[in-house]
Amino acid sequence: MKNRTFFWFILPSLITMLLFIALPIVSVAVQSLHIEHEAVMVEVENCGPFGCKQELQVDVEETAKLKEERPLGQFNGLGTYTNRNHLAFSEIGLAWRSSTGLVDFMSKALNLPFYRALAFTLTYTFVVTPLVIIFGFMIALGVNTLPKRIKGPTIFISLLPMIVTPLIGSLILFWMIDANGILGATLQRIFDDPNLSLKASPALTWIMLMVYGVWHSAPFAFIVFYAGLQTVPADTMEAAMIDGASRWERTRYVVLPHLMPLTVFISLIQLMDNFRVFEPIVSFSAQASATSLSWIIYNDLVGTESQFFGSAGATSVLTIIGVSILLIPVLIRTWRDFNQKVV
Amino acid sequence: MFLKTITFAGAFALLGSTAIAGCGISGGNVSVLSNDFPAIQAVTSAAAACAGDGVTVETNLTKDHKDIMVAALTANPAQYSSVVVSNSTLVTLMNDGLVRPLDEMVAKHGAALSKSQLITVNGKVMAVAFMANAQHLFSRTDVLEAAGVDGIPATYEDVLAAAEKIRAAGLMDYPVALNTKAGWNLAEEFVNMYMGTGADFFKSGTAEAAVNNENGVATLEMLKSLVAYSNPDYLTYDSNATQAEWEAGNLALATMWGSRGSAVLDDEGSTAEVVSGTVLSAAPTWGNDARPASTLWWDGIAISTNASDEDAEATFVAMMNGISSDVVKANNDAAVWLDGAYMPSPASAGVSSTAAGGAAPYPMLPFMGALHTALGAEITDFLQGSESAKQALADVEAAYTAAAKEQGFLK
Repeated sequence: MKNRTFFWFILPSLITMLLFIALPIVSVAVQSLHIEHEAVMVEVENCGPFGCKQELQVDVEETAKLKEERPLGQFNGLGTYTNRNHLAFSEIGLAWRSSTGLVDFMSKALNLPFYRALAFTLTYTFVVTPLVIIFGFMIALGVNTLPKRIKGPTIFISLLPMIVTPLIGSLILFWMIDANGILGATLQRIFDDPNLSLKASPALTWIMLMVYGVWHSAPFAFIVFYAGLQTVPADTMEAAMIDGASRWERTRYVVLPHLMPLTVFISLIQLMDNFRVFEPIVSFSAQASATSLSWIIYNDLVGTESQFFGSAGATSVLTIIGVSILLIPVLIRTWRDFNQKVV
Repeated sequence: MFLKTITFAGAFALLGSTAIAGCGISGGNVSVLSNDFPAIQAVTSAAAACAGDGVTVETNLTKDHKDIMVAALTANPAQYSSVVVSNSTLVTLMNDGLVRPLDEMVAKHGAALSKSQLITVNGKVMAVAFMANAQHLFSRTDVLEAAGVDGIPATYEDVLAAAEKIRAAGLMDYPVALNTKAGWNLAEEFVNMYMGTGADFFKSGTAEAAVNNENGVATLEMLKSLVAYSNPDYLTYDSNATQAEWEAGNLALATMWGSRGSAVLDDEGSTAEVVSGTVLSAAPTWGNDARPASTLWWDGIAISTNASDEDAEATFVAMMNGISSDVVKANNDAAVWLDGAYMPSPASAGVSSTAAGGAAPYPMLPFMGALHTALGAEITDFLQGSESAKQALADVEAAYTAAAKEQGFLK
């Protein structure tokens, strides 16, 4: 294709990407560098059904003047990024100097909201992603050997966890694991412990969220692998069989290498998705024990009376940076494979 | 719920013939944004009865009203001509100048209002309150009697003693509940308990937090003693969950919102045993203080700055119709109404006695919301036992300070 033709061909999607992806990200980044204007306060008398009280209020006219001058707010540079509710440079420095050992330092760092969320987010990502790939692959191998008649229904049922809306799926699980729910009550019976509660202990809450994550995402890996299994060359398989390869050896030396590009693809998507874990935390009401970066953004914008746009912007930018760092190894690998093929 | 709303709307449509005559609006667009519970449904449906003859009335009742109100009223013209506000949400709207003074309209159309209904800030009427709300004690007298507890606990120390007796008698393992879901609800319990000590949240005349003191520590210790008698899942309990647990008969002593009273005492969703044993009383006091450990809330009407004068006036008149004595009489048990026609009932006894006991209103400070958010996120570590009370309160102040700087309240 000529360069010129290619340019016109790609122009519409280029414009759309600029408008709906690049510009919003730039605006979020700009917002994250600003904080609200200094509020001009006056002491006034507030009266209501329960009596009167002298209280501070915002002087609307004076503050409106400030806003008119600079609508974006005060420029704060990277101040929001480094404050306690985000990267907390000075708190981390202090913790480092005053700690008696690495364990003490870690516990001090994990007391800060950003690092606490990061700890859960990374653990979730690195536990759920490999498990999703392994389970997805195993389900695909299993379904592939089923007789044709029951294949269709089995595939449909296996896909259900992905079809159900994440919010609804996790809410249903939340009710099931309640102390009065079917799973929660059964567990209490099995372990003979009436105080066992999956929602009360942080460790059990983490495990529960990860089990949910695997349950929800495994069907995605399964369907991709299943499609891939249909393309495994029959010749190679037959040759391997004639050479006396067992089922395990055929899977290990023929099927797996053939599906490697798909594994890279699934890891890429899953790393991105899992790093943005959010819905289960909300529907499991798990914020006391587990928070994620996306949950921090949500908490800045929803449920409070005044929204923290600068703070939410800063966490969003940090999330984008985090996703990019995670994806670098996978992207390098893809790039290398691509170059080898060209040569 | 849907059916209920329909019935409400139907009832008021029937009343409509008289209501329209009483509205007397020449024209305008009325649109109301509000929270969603039975008392507010009654008010907005009565306001909606003013529709017709060039007047349109639209209502949006949603639990998420807080999340959309600032954006909706910043637009010019505003998306809603009125918002049903409370102590805390009025401050947020006033911070940005989004609601207008109502003095002229009160003088013209508000003859029926009593002076205590007018929310004045710096001498200007900014909202008209129509109901009061507070969290207070719900007790199961039958369970208390069976456990050998005399009367209804008046202090939180009594609540703890009664809970211990109920547990020791083998009646219930987890007799106590508060709305302790991590986040806004848990922070509200801290605020309630801390208000019982009479201490201030901020250094006087500044936006600097001052909760890291012996009152704060005692407050946290008391909350921890109480949740020891709560179901281990207490950090997921919001007001819907506590109401359901109460109606299921799993609780004997709970601090819940007054606005839940009529729903608990009606004949739906629970057994006769639970309903007949339930008594609503004032929020308990604690420590050496005589002030009920609760915060008083009002719900009221505010009118947008960015609505045309015609719409603003039409809205005010329609909403006055919504909170009129007729509506209060027809929905007497739905809330603690501030209108003179209101007759106290068992469902409202808790809120009335909490107010009479001298509980303080929730602080109308522009930076209170940031402290509330910080409390909701940081005190769970202490309740779960992974942190000392001092450390948890230091974290609260640090988180608040960072947030207040972002909002321009602190340098």
